[in-house]
Order: sequence, then C-alpha cells, then structure tokens
Amino acid sequence: MDRYDAIVIGGGLVGSAIGYGLVRARLRVALLDEGDVAFRASRGNFGLVWVQSKGDGAPHYQHWTRRSADEWPALAVELEAKTGIAIGHQRPGGVHLCLGEAELAARHATMERMRAQSGNLGFDYRMLDRRELTDMLPGLGPAVSGASWTPYDGHANPLGLLHALHKGFADNGGCFLPNSSVTEAVASPGDFRIQLAGGEIGASKVVLAAGLGNADLAPHFGLSAPVKPLKGQILVTERAQQVLPMPITTIRQTVEGSIMLGDSQEDAGFDTSQRPAVMQTIARRAVLSFPWLRDLQIIRAWAALRVMPPDALPIYDHSERFPGAFTANCHSGVSLAGAHANLLAPMVAAGMLDPELELFSAKRFDVPSAA
Amino acid sequence: MVPPGASAAAAVLAAGFDSIRKTPVDGSERGPYCMMGVCFDCLAEIDGVPNRQSCMIEVRPGMRIRRQMQARTIDPKPE
Repeated sequence: MDRYDAIVIGGGLVGSAIGYGLVRARLRVALLDEGDVAFRASRGNFGLVWVQSKGDGAPHYQHWTRRSADEWPALAVELEAKTGIAIGHQRPGGVHLCLGEAELAARHATMERMRAQSGNLGFDYRMLDRRELTDMLPGLGPAVSGASWTPYDGHANPLGLLHALHKGFADNGGCFLPNSSVTEAVASPGDFRIQLAGGEIGASKVVLAAGLGNADLAPHFGLSAPVKPLKGQILVTERAQQVLPMPITTIRQTVEGSIMLGDSQEDAGFDTSQRPAVMQTIARRAVLSFPWLRDLQIIRAWAALRVMPPDALPIYDHSERFPGAFTANCHSGVSLAGAHANLLAPMVAAGMLDPELELFSAKRFDVPSAA
Repeated sequence: MVPPGASAAAAVLAAGFDSIRKTPVDGSERGPYCMMGVCFDCLAEIDGVPNRQSCMIEVRPGMRIRRQMQARTIDPKPE
C-alpha cells in the first residue's frame, strides 16, 4: 500500500489549490481525480475573482473572499513563474451593472448593508451613475441606469489556473492519480485508507474536495457536506480587440479578446444540458447592457454545475470523530483559489483549521428540530 | 481553381497560401487545419465580415477573402 502524508480527493480547482499548497509545504500528497465521468465544475467556470457580491449577512464570507482576492496576485505570479502557464489574472476592480432604477436602488441598499456589516475591515464601494459609468465602459445601452463598483474584483483564465496548479503540484513532487474513483474508504483517527480500482492508498490526512461528490463522501469521515448542483450556462463570443477595461458580474473580456457572457442559475438537478430559453436571456441582458455585442458571433456555449451549499457560503470542516479528515466545498473555486492554496492548505498541513473558519462549519445547518 | 462546392478555405489553400491569419494571442501565422469547423484556425474576413470560418463557407466567384491579421475591431457607439 502506498502511503502519503495527505490524500486530496478531487482534482478540480479546490482540490488542486489545496494539493498545491500542501506539496509547497513539503507534504507527500496524492491528488485523486475521478475522470471525465465527474461533473467537473472547474472546466466550466466563468473566471471571475469576485468579491463585491459575496457575504451580505455573512461578513466572515466577505472577509475570507477578500483575503483570497488579496492572495491572488502573488499566487498568479508564483504559478506563472514556476510553470510558464499564463493565468491572465487582472485586478482592475469590477462593476455590477443595474438595468433600471429599481435594480440600482436595490443594489445600493445591498452595498450599504455590506458596508455596515464590514466592521473594521471596511467595504470600499461606490455607486456610479450613468454619466460616470459612460467614462469607464464603452457603448452602454440606454437600459443601464448605473452600477456598483469595488476595487477588490478581478478575473483570470480558469483553465490556465487549473493547468498551472496541476503542473505546479506535479513539479513539486505531488502524485496525481487520474481515473481514480474512490470505491471504499476506511477512516480511523489519523489513519485513512482509500480504495481505488488500482489498489489501496493510505495517509494520515485526507481532504475531501470532490465537489458534488463530497455529499456522499463526507459521512464516511464523520463529516457533512450537503452540497447540491446549481446549473450555470455561459456563452462565448469570437475574439475582438480589447474594449472592456474591467470585468462586469455577467460579462468579461478575456486577455485573448473573447467576451464571456454568463451567470444564469438553474436548479435542474444533475442535468447539464443547454437550454435556448436561458441562453436567450443571457444574450438579451448582455445586449441591453452593451448593444454593440449584437455584432459579435457566439462561437461556444456550455452548461456546468456549481457546487452549491444550502446558504451559498463555503463549507470547511475538520472531522471531530476522525481528526485528520478535512472537507472543502464552495461554488467559487476561482475566487477562493488564493485562500485555498495560501491560507487553507497551511492549516491542513498544520493539522487544524484556524478559529476564523469555525463559522464555515456545516454545523450551521444542524438546526434542532422541534419535538 | 477549386471545384464548385469547395470551401473558401480550400480555395485559399489551392491558391498556394499556407497562412490565412495571425492569431491575436501571440501574432503567429495560422492556416486552415481541421477543415470541418472545429479548430477556428481558418478565420478570415469574407465579404467584409470578420472572423468567418472559411472552411465552412462555400466559395463563390467574386468572393472577397481577406486575411484576418488581428482580433476584429468593435465600434462601441453609445446609444
């Protein structure tokens, strides 16, 4: 039986970011990737490193996301230098466009509430009226009434990130095991045996980062990960010269010039099919924001499943029953990559989560039921 | 010359060109490759429309095929 210091179950963005952080901390790590039968949220990402809409009513989530966005520039530079893979990270700030006065008023109320909740951390946002916005973004449609802006937001190439994390992991001595479905898991404190088709591997630590697969895996380790799929669809235009100087919640231009349109949310179970009605809604809203998008051809489109906890906040836990078993679940594998590689992985390496992560425990869902 | 029904990309290859565009990613030359609408390496400006997949368009007499030498432009006029 091959033994490691840690086994990370899940080779998507969450698992590879943690795995990369662990090998950088000189642990011997196996990273298990299920294969193309998996739902692979990390292959369908939009690519925002997005802060401004995270954590209304949950300032710890705003704080954690902000810390991740703060780690991002250094992580991107380090990965690009080590692997030579372009990640295309930029942090020019970002805007959330509002179509109509009602949306603008609601957005303003949300942003002000988040400022009130932010305490000493602060929440540096501005509401932009149409006139200010016209100086920042080209060719706004008449339906755009304004926007919220924060300096914290950015974007990156999610496939570049995943590729670089995998290469960085392997280059640091990590053992990537493809086509490795977990067929059985035996847990005892500090000693975990994982059965794969090719044999058994063992480690004193295990990290569950299997996305939607965590829901079934977690109970084997005394953990709970009640995540469900939430479908998102994305449209991509042909490449064009740079026109968008910053990312917008639902529209961003990549370094190569493609413009991505997205942000649909559908509760459709494990169905990854594309639906014309939703694609139309995405396109229509994009054209209301920027009428010139009408002239661009859509050359690709896809649907993918977000990994969604019941309250949309990440779940991080360390098993009380089987110390050494950790779980990480979120729908923001790109935004939180900085935190996962640079903050969470060192905690796992040290064998305990920092107290600031207690609020992210799945215990928050254990509401005692009335007798 | 190419037979009737051939694609614009085939006509470009038959005319002896081995490059039809420069990729906006790094400026290197690219030519028609998959000839079946998948690889997007045959992009050209055809009859004034940029970024057309020339392998998917039937060539016609008088068609104007220009090399796609950079990312297409956008004219974001305010409305």
